Amino acid sequence: MEKLINDFSFGLFVWQTLLFLILLYLLYRFAWKPILNAINDREEGIKNALAAAEDAKKEMQNVTADSEKLLQEARGEREAMLKEAREIREKMVADARDQAKQEGDKLIAQAKATIESEKKAAVAEIKSQVADLSVQIAEKILKDQLANKDKQLKLVDDMLGDIKLN
Amino acid sequence: MRTIFTLKILLLCTFLSVSGFEVSAKEESPEGSKKDIKTEIKEYIDHHLKDSHDFSIFSYTEDNGEHVYVGIPLPVILWDEGLKVFSSSKFHHGETIAEAGGNYYALEHGKIYKTDAEGNLNHDEEGHVTNAKPIDFSITKNVVMMIITGALMLWLFSSLARSYAKNNGVPTGAGRFFEPIVIYIRDDIARPTIGEKRYRKYMPFLLTIFFFIWFLNMFGLTPLGINVTGNIAITFGLALLTFLITNFTGTKDYWKHLVDPLGDAMPWYGKIPIYIILVPIELLGLIIKPFALLIRLYANMQAGHIVLMSLIGLMFIFKSWIGSPLSFFLAFAITLIEVLVALLQAYIFTMLSSLYFGFASEEHDHEEEPELAHL
Repeated sequence: MEKLINDFSFGLFVWQTLLFLILLYLLYRFAWKPILNAINDREEGIKNALAAAEDAKKEMQNVTADSEKLLQEARGEREAMLKEAREIREKMVADARDQAKQEGDKLIAQAKATIESEKKAAVAEIKSQVADLSVQIAEKILKDQLANKDKQLKLVDDMLGDIKLN
Repeated sequence: MRTIFTLKILLLCTFLSVSGFEVSAKEESPEGSKKDIKTEIKEYIDHHLKDSHDFSIFSYTEDNGEHVYVGIPLPVILWDEGLKVFSSSKFHHGETIAEAGGNYYALEHGKIYKTDAEGNLNHDEEGHVTNAKPIDFSITKNVVMMIITGALMLWLFSSLARSYAKNNGVPTGAGRFFEPIVIYIRDDIARPTIGEKRYRKYMPFLLTIFFFIWFLNMFGLTPLGINVTGNIAITFGLALLTFLITNFTGTKDYWKHLVDPLGDAMPWYGKIPIYIILVPIELLGLIIKPFALLIRLYANMQAGHIVLMSLIGLMFIFKSWIGSPLSFFLAFAITLIEVLVALLQAYIFTMLSSLYFGFASEEHDHEEEPELAHL
């Protein structure tokens, strides 16, 4: 301890304290402050950049989710539209078929009516022609039958024979 | 690379052992005893550990017995009934007395004493000089080294600071090496011990003290024979600053903790008998903490230098082709350890200072381990 006190130099202590304080101030002013600020700024920058990247990632995810949703919606809409179109088509086809059938039925009915009337007319015509022809045939036969006397007599006989039988 | 390195070491060894022979040849002539060389080495080590008034690089004795010193004389500044400034070359390395302003001064064992024109020094029974000592404000070797270290630090770190502005926040050159250390001190020393809220305030001091001690420790390992951090006045100055900063930035809780360590955990009448012992211990701890700080740094650096120089001195005592290289390798190994110690002591000083600042800035939690407080 005595050696320590003996070794202690007051002048050196004063110089040391003085020089150290000056050094401390100068370093604070020209080195530590800018260095620590720069390091801090850099770290803040890195932190902010990381946060920004994280945000961007989230944003990206949101956008992807949105687009996915949009896509889903579009797909659904398309599905609905297709379905509707199919229904419309089916309905149209069914309508057309119904209408055609009705039309056809109507035509058929008309045709039937026409045929019936034509038939009736034809039958009437045939009847009148048959009557004419029968009259003409009868006329011819009568003319032929009554041309000579024998035949006339024979006829009268036949007819008288018929009457007898009755 | 490796073989060249080994070759260099071998060359050095041969050179050193040869020079060992030379010394022995010289020393054997006057008395021829081994004791002389031992005392010479002891004196040399003692001299080296002390501060000196001139920056001597080496000295040798010429054939005619004249001692030749190679180095730079430094200014001597004394306060003795007025300011006295003169060059230390006037002392001729303690061999002559110096005259300044009508007063005579003598240099013995690194201290300046006031003396008469003949240079008589009075000694008491224990061999201490009883002459009056003027207050010595000389620019000694240690002061010069501190100025050099300070200038180096200023240049290094202000260039690092400037490189941020120039290089968009990224350090260049030596800054790449020093920036991680700065960040380490901030993140692993200051932040955990002081706390997020107040650590910024202490950062400049912690950084300065770390690099100041480290650089001076490293300079101590150069062959220039510098021993700044192994000087009690230096470590005292550094520890005093830690002590003052600790207590002047102390919070209300810190002071309350000091005089009322148990707080509300006990009724006042229970505290009285405990506090008769506890409070003086706490108050003593105030002084003991920085005192341990100053003694630790001083003793570690001093011890390192003594061991290293003793091992180098062994080379001259062994004077053999086996012993001298052996002690060289031992000295080499110790130097490597000293490089580590240089860093370690700077770290410990910074770490403990930071810890004390942390105690002084405590605000709510009183739960810190008491063991840590007495490190």
